[in-house]
Amino acid sequence: MNERRTIISVRDAVKRFGGVTAVDHVSIDIAEGEFFALLGPSGCGKTTLLRMIAGFEVPSSGQVLIDSQDMADVAPNRRPVNMVFQSYAVFPHMTVFDNVGYGLKVTSTPKIEIRERVMEALALVQMEAFAARKPDQLSGGQRQRVALARALVKRPKVLLLDEPLSALDAKLREAMQLELVKLQATVGITFVIVTHDQDEALSMADRIAVLENGRVRQIASPVDLYEYPCSRFVADFIGKMNVFEARANGFANDSLTIDVDGLGSLNVPHPERAAGALSVAVRPEKMRLLTPGEDRDGLFAVPVTIRNIAYHGSESHVFAVTESGLEVSATIPNRSRDHMRLAAGDAATIGWRPADTLVLVE
Amino acid sequence: MGMRRRRDGIGPLEYTRRAWMRLILLATFVFLYAPIVTLVAFSFNDSRRNIVWRGFTLEYYEKAFNNAGLIEAFVNSLTIAFFSTVVSTVLGALVALKLWRFRFPGKAPYEGAMTLPIVIPEICMGVAMLAFFSRIGWPSGLTWPFNLGAITIAHISFSFPFVAVVVRARLANFNREQEEAARDLGATEWQVFRDIMIPYMKPGLVAGALLAFTLSLDDFVITFFTSGPDTVTFPVKVYSMVRFSVTPEVNAASTILIAITLVLTTIALVLQNRRTTD
Repeated sequence: MNERRTIISVRDAVKRFGGVTAVDHVSIDIAEGEFFALLGPSGCGKTTLLRMIAGFEVPSSGQVLIDSQDMADVAPNRRPVNMVFQSYAVFPHMTVFDNVGYGLKVTSTPKIEIRERVMEALALVQMEAFAARKPDQLSGGQRQRVALARALVKRPKVLLLDEPLSALDAKLREAMQLELVKLQATVGITFVIVTHDQDEALSMADRIAVLENGRVRQIASPVDLYEYPCSRFVADFIGKMNVFEARANGFANDSLTIDVDGLGSLNVPHPERAAGALSVAVRPEKMRLLTPGEDRDGLFAVPVTIRNIAYHGSESHVFAVTESGLEVSATIPNRSRDHMRLAAGDAATIGWRPADTLVLVE
Repeated sequence: MGMRRRRDGIGPLEYTRRAWMRLILLATFVFLYAPIVTLVAFSFNDSRRNIVWRGFTLEYYEKAFNNAGLIEAFVNSLTIAFFSTVVSTVLGALVALKLWRFRFPGKAPYEGAMTLPIVIPEICMGVAMLAFFSRIGWPSGLTWPFNLGAITIAHISFSFPFVAVVVRARLANFNREQEEAARDLGATEWQVFRDIMIPYMKPGLVAGALLAFTLSLDDFVITFFTSGPDTVTFPVKVYSMVRFSVTPEVNAASTILIAITLVLTTIALVLQNRRTTD
């Protein structure tokens, strides 16, 4: 992959509101052309960070650089970035055309050029037919497209999106996810989105920064974030996780021997030595339900009693408990129509590949 | 209200459906509006003394329209109301914006001071104005319309807080992200104000202006203290007519004033209620 240059550089940024530190020494580099996501629970500082890039919040300390230029003292109306707000903030008293053209009008663009660029932007979001309509005649999804066109018509270096899909219904949300990715590829600029929905982030972004309480916990690609979370918080936040307390018990041939409390001992491939108490975590979809007598085949297997099975159409969520009282959840795809033959109260065996075990030292 | 089904369906809190409540409400409305209704009704009375109803006529409306003093007073009222409205609306809007947007030391006392003219007894305000103008030696005997200056200033003083309240209510529902969006797109603060905020405030501004207009047009107490023999307004003229003789002409003049006020107030209310569609 080519070395892409850094378009946004946040360096040790801090933002305090009175006694509350919303952004706590955050440093992030975003590459040109990337689809970058800021992900985290409510109150983690992701929106504040986005607003600092846009210029609506001034950092208490630290720097924000856009295209290698320090943005200190640069007002939001003079920055080469544009934002799509969570409420879309489409101007209610202007037509769609005037809305999209507003950014060009206030910077004294000639009328002919405005017309050209507005129709071009509307074409990008398939809203040309709505140019003469007023926002109160549009649906939520249509208003969002207007907000998108309005920002993109300015040809910014970076497009910032604050929770772009949170106000849409589930079906529209998935369609918009794909559309945004396609749009980004078409326009070719950097997109930075803020979201609390990990599904969104995982499916759309090239890289994700997970934030908690104003600090960056991990920055990685969706696959790396999901399969190799570096901390318990990230592991828990992204997707579901089975977590067990354990203890390291030896290290040989790049493989850590771990005693899992109440379950037994297994060897997990691990790059370095570890000692003492730690946690191991396994994703529910990595679990397999073994029928009695079925060959273990190298899986780490545990006898359980099934407590509850939640049917979700394409998959079933199995909640079971071991002899030692530990809870295990497994997500089993319903591969055939009568695949799930077990029921609550049955005895079963759950197993997983040791290589799919995550070792969390922290 | 048949007795077939014993109070079926009237909930414990539905007071307005109970007979005794309705009676009380009716009595209240009659008590409040009977004098006004009588006033309007008797403006059509064909009787000079206007004590007993004698017949329908528009004669006194004709007399009112031909009364030079009344017309002059009406023109004065309109002029004062016009200038008072313009200045009050601007001032009131600015106060509303300041209180909505900014935090500053002394904001609470400032807010209190701005609301003072609404709560202060009109008599106090009137006397204060009179004392003030004579103390600073406000020139008298100016030509029209400058001789209406004192009254206009007094009207502005008690009108702009009402405009401020109305505009502030409108601003309370404003989505600040629109302001930020405009900035983000490249607008300067002035452009944001002109292109986004003023269009949004418009219903509030119009409602506030209409309110200021009716307040000015109808005012008696404060105007009485600040007017002179050559600067008579409509309500003051009606008052002097009453002291002179109570013919239906007075009723006619009053009814005209009530009608104008009603129309303007209704328009103001309709406009204010339109804010829910934005």
